Amino acid sequence: MQFLWAFIVGGLICVVGQLLMDGVKLTPAHTMSTLVVAGAVADALGWYDPLVEFAGAGASIPITSFGNSLVHGALTELEKVGWIGVITGIFDLTAAGISAAIIFSFLAALVVRPKG
Amino acid sequence: MKLVGRQTWQFENRPRIIGRAAVVGPEEGAGPLSADFDYVYDNLEIGEKTWEKGERKLLEQATQLALINANITKEELQFFIGGDLLNQIISSSFSARKLGAPYLGVFGACSTSMESLALASLIVDSGAGEYVLAGTVSHNCTVEKQFRYPTEYGSQKPPYAQYTVTGSGCGVVSRSGDGPVITRATIGRVMDLGIKDPFNMGAAMAPAAADTIVSHFRDTGLEPGYYDLIVTGDLASVGLPITKELLQKEGIPMEQTTFNDCGLMIYDREKQPFVVAGGSGCGCSATVTYGHILNRMQKGDLKRVLVVATGALLSPISYQQGESIPCIAHAVAIEKEA
Amino acid sequence: MQRQAVRPIRFLRRFCILPAQTKGSGNGKKSSSLSISEQDYKKVAKKHEPSRPILANCIKAFFVGGFICIIGQAIQEAFKAGFDMTSKEAASPTVAVMILISVILTCLGVYDKIAQWAGAGTAVPVTGFANSMCSAALEHRAEGLVLGVGANMFKLAGSVIVFGVVAAFIIGIIYAFLGFGGGHL
Repeated sequence: MQFLWAFIVGGLICVVGQLLMDGVKLTPAHTMSTLVVAGAVADALGWYDPLVEFAGAGASIPITSFGNSLVHGALTELEKVGWIGVITGIFDLTAAGISAAIIFSFLAALVVRPKG
Repeated sequence: MKLVGRQTWQFENRPRIIGRAAVVGPEEGAGPLSADFDYVYDNLEIGEKTWEKGERKLLEQATQLALINANITKEELQFFIGGDLLNQIISSSFSARKLGAPYLGVFGACSTSMESLALASLIVDSGAGEYVLAGTVSHNCTVEKQFRYPTEYGSQKPPYAQYTVTGSGCGVVSRSGDGPVITRATIGRVMDLGIKDPFNMGAAMAPAAADTIVSHFRDTGLEPGYYDLIVTGDLASVGLPITKELLQKEGIPMEQTTFNDCGLMIYDREKQPFVVAGGSGCGCSATVTYGHILNRMQKGDLKRVLVVATGALLSPISYQQGESIPCIAHAVAIEKEA
Repeated sequence: MQRQAVRPIRFLRRFCILPAQTKGSGNGKKSSSLSISEQDYKKVAKKHEPSRPILANCIKAFFVGGFICIIGQAIQEAFKAGFDMTSKEAASPTVAVMILISVILTCLGVYDKIAQWAGAGTAVPVTGFANSMCSAALEHRAEGLVLGVGANMFKLAGSVIVFGVVAAFIIGIIYAFLGFGGGHL
């Protein structure tokens, strides 16, 4: 059942992105930045976690969940160690994604040429 | 030579294109004009390690073939006038290094083909040089890398985007020898009617094309029917209709002749849908002119052609800073000797 | 442009989310041979501009985006079952695998072809993020590992990270100020 909701929610978030690109005529970079901030704000309001519970990968795969994880990290650390946690905790949950992207991209660049 | 009107040169001493060459990449070789190109590469890398080296090789090869076609050696060449789309026009400068001739680098974006040809004709007509080579090049991947996105990046192109031609076109101009005559050149002014979308080159460049065409006919007193064919460089499917409308508003009877665009001629938009609106780039007008159009002239299909190469003079920074896109168009009239 | 679209654009410009707008195009109109004004020209250009097939693009984005999320869901279930993880624990490895898949597709040269069709469907999922980094890395290998790959890898993804981090920081500060002390609302 969660598969169905993953499909629907994930698809809908992508539709929002498409509307930003085609309707508001934002560039992909602007669109993604907007969605990340939207995800962060949604998490700040406490809306994103329930969405992840409900839709699973439909909420955790789109780039909005990146914003969600950044806020999570900041707030969790804030709770643990106080104010400084807002800075030290930001990358806690997103480290995996960023590290993976850097490492795999670097390794790829060693052996692969762009095809045009 | 003499100045006619405000911005048109009339060449009295009959400078000719005595040699020429057009070298292209695989996509252009798969298009409708493939038989008109002197060499078609089957790989986008042009056999080189980087896109930039590939672009340079295209120009180097086109210059060599043009010299062979003109029957002159590198040492006999007076000047090489070249330009391209890369930062600091490195493709032209590095090719000039190999060529060894005195070099004038120009930047007219996609109008470079006719800008360089007009200047070459000026030099030859005034007696300041016996043999002058004008050439330009563009490569799809170097342009994407510099102006837009990395080539493997997944961004969706809008329906008015254009596809940069991978190709180089060169011509050797001289008063001695045989070939079609360059009779007139109209130098364009920079036109900017506020278009900001860097993907909508056609709409940005259309005013420049219209302005130059109007100026040409106003300066010379000719009518469009004087030419068998008038082509613009790379307005493609969006820019050409706009230019037609602008010219109609100005009262220029373009229906007297065939009015087409190199960007629409070089690709088959149905079989090659990835080109979206059509071809663009310095190499677009250059390869179509030095390959296809001059071939048709040689066969006797065309007697008088006006090539209006159009260029968008933006940079990635100017776009990011919110500036609109200033454009320019240069026109050169090429006629077969009677 | 529709009136409704102008206000959010002005808002985004003021907060520097959209590129700045400089005044005056300096079009040299005074000496131009054309009699058309800039305003009238924009209308002509708009008339000839092929409209983006928004509905078709949204449908394609929906299906492709949803499909990618289903693959993510499947991978997540596999981690949960195979390694006895909870959903939270499986989230990071799932993202890592999705990134790997995206990098492979980018290297094969197919990601951009799929993206031309799918639009936001491939750009919005984390696969789009990985594609932006991988494509930049591959492209700039020509300039060497340090100045090319290293310096340019975040060319496109950088904005996402910067804005995400700054947003998280501001939210964290607001939470701290309001005395929520962490956790969530």
